[in-house]
Amino acid sequence: MSTLEIRDLHVSIETDQGTKEILRGVNLTINSGETHAIMGPNGSGKSTLAYTIAGHPRYTVDSGSITLDGADVLEMSIDERARAGLFLAMQYPVEIPGVTVSNFLRTAKTALDGEAPALRSWIKDLRGSMEALRMDSSFAERNVNEGFSGGEKKRHEIVQLELLKPSIAVLDETDSGLDVDALKIVSEGVNRVKENTGLGVLLITHYTRILRYITPDFVHVFVDGRVAEEGGPELAERLENEGYDRYLTGSTVG
Amino acid sequence: MSSAPAAHAPTTETQQHPHGPGSPVPVQTRNERFASAAHDDFPPVTGRELEWKLTPVEKIRDLIDGELDGSAFPAAVSSAPGVTAEWVGLDDPRVGSAGLAEERAAANAWSSAQQALAVTLTSEEAVAVTIDRTGADRAPRAAHTVITAAPNARGTVVIDNRGSARLSENVEIVAGAGSELTVVSVQEWDAESVHLSSQFARVDKDARLTHVVVSLGGAIVRVNPSVHLAGAGADGQLLGLYFADAGQHLEQRVYVHHIAPHTISRVTYKGALNGAGARTVWVGDVLIGRDATGTDSYEQNRNLVLSDGTRADSIPNLEIETGDIAGAGHASATGRFDDEQLFYLRSRGIDEQEARRLVVLGFLLEVVQKIGAPELEQRLIAAIETELDAVAVV
Repeated sequence: MSTLEIRDLHVSIETDQGTKEILRGVNLTINSGETHAIMGPNGSGKSTLAYTIAGHPRYTVDSGSITLDGADVLEMSIDERARAGLFLAMQYPVEIPGVTVSNFLRTAKTALDGEAPALRSWIKDLRGSMEALRMDSSFAERNVNEGFSGGEKKRHEIVQLELLKPSIAVLDETDSGLDVDALKIVSEGVNRVKENTGLGVLLITHYTRILRYITPDFVHVFVDGRVAEEGGPELAERLENEGYDRYLTGSTVG
Repeated sequence: MSSAPAAHAPTTETQQHPHGPGSPVPVQTRNERFASAAHDDFPPVTGRELEWKLTPVEKIRDLIDGELDGSAFPAAVSSAPGVTAEWVGLDDPRVGSAGLAEERAAANAWSSAQQALAVTLTSEEAVAVTIDRTGADRAPRAAHTVITAAPNARGTVVIDNRGSARLSENVEIVAGAGSELTVVSVQEWDAESVHLSSQFARVDKDARLTHVVVSLGGAIVRVNPSVHLAGAGADGQLLGLYFADAGQHLEQRVYVHHIAPHTISRVTYKGALNGAGARTVWVGDVLIGRDATGTDSYEQNRNLVLSDGTRADSIPNLEIETGDIAGAGHASATGRFDDEQLFYLRSRGIDEQEARRLVVLGFLLEVVQKIGAPELEQRLIAAIETELDAVAVV
């Protein structure tokens, strides 16, 4: 049982026009087994929240706290956060030339567990996960994300989610760029991991489409760097019908 | 310096329109450069010339102008079916069949070498040959090597350089019609060694040459491949990989000359630099001649800078003399780590040092993966890992 707690989080970035505050006091609590959908218009700070949790150096935390089971996440390095049980499925996974998927995954697994995985069961797990996500086994010997289509990159993220077994995962617009078949495959993957490991999920999305396949327990509407409204799955349905317009009155966010 | 032996005409345009050093016409294109086997045909090197200005010429004066020991440079050639290896005089018809010296140090070697090592492949089954050179004393020496693949022959020749050397040499490579030849020149010399190597290749009709330069060890290593795609459909794959540590100078000047129609070239050189005074030079000249219609070429050089105090020069040049080409492009980039790659790896729990190691290794392995010689690949991976261990200590 893990709990990720975000309290009054203020985050800014440096831009050519100076410091820009993106998050303006975010409060969220995610427990194991729960799925929280974060929805909001473009530019509302959803991805900033994802990258701040993962520790991307571009983002500066000005105040507030993030804790995982009471431990101060903001004090941890990027890799320490992962070893503590956090995972970020990225919106734009990067290519890493010359590093094969199989080498990358084994290196990551070894780093997380502190020892190399037993070869036979590891290969079985890897094959099983790739098969479930409809990734041909030849992907294991390809370089990380190199020449992958958008959908293949996203499926590769979920293979990692399944094999690396974090306690809390942030999925940053995992649905973007997926056709309906790929969306189903990816969603099934996330649901399978939830069922098997009791994963807590922070699902960041612009659209309600993925919520038909991954049912959220809580929906948080993000506007202008903070949570503007919270509710259950029914809130997503309302957004589907009404859009974000009613939150944007008087706001400059487009 | 002895006078040059009779220069055999290479089948490039080089000697058809030679501009003497005193010519009033400025050299316009790479193929109009003066070529000769005679040292004294070239003007003295000042260090300001285009081909020398990035090289520490004062440290290699003896190789450029001094007397060179021209006796056979020690080499052991492994045996393989259909492969002959013999020492021949410079009057052997194979000598000069792929090119001619284009600068003074190469001409000095050409005119000093008393014997050439001639390795000829005739087997249509792929064979692997190693020319093992474990070095000599520190006296300046000259060497000459001719590697010939007969028409339709297939094989890989690795020139494996280790130990100590102070060497200026010419390596000629002829890929006969329809042949598939890979030549790998590995420089793992000791830390004091100096090595200047001009490597000329002629690729005939429908032949494919893969030429690989791997420079890891040596104080000053300058390997300049010149590949002439002389026959229609000739294919030149030029790969290079280098890792310069503190104080090391690793230079490669690559030239691809598309002479015949429908020729293909791909040039990919990647390097890493680490430590104060680590220095690399890459110059990539591609010339598409006026008869080379329908050609396809691409050259790229990428350098990864691992510490302060390094310098990487990267200069691509592309010259096209015909309007009818299938493709031509070039790219050059020198930079530090890609922070997004490091972030991605670290976000999966991999610590910073290991992540850096993976990124550098992967960056260089991209070239190794293309060589297509599994045993050599394993050895190069191990050698690169040893280089990276040194980075980890810093």
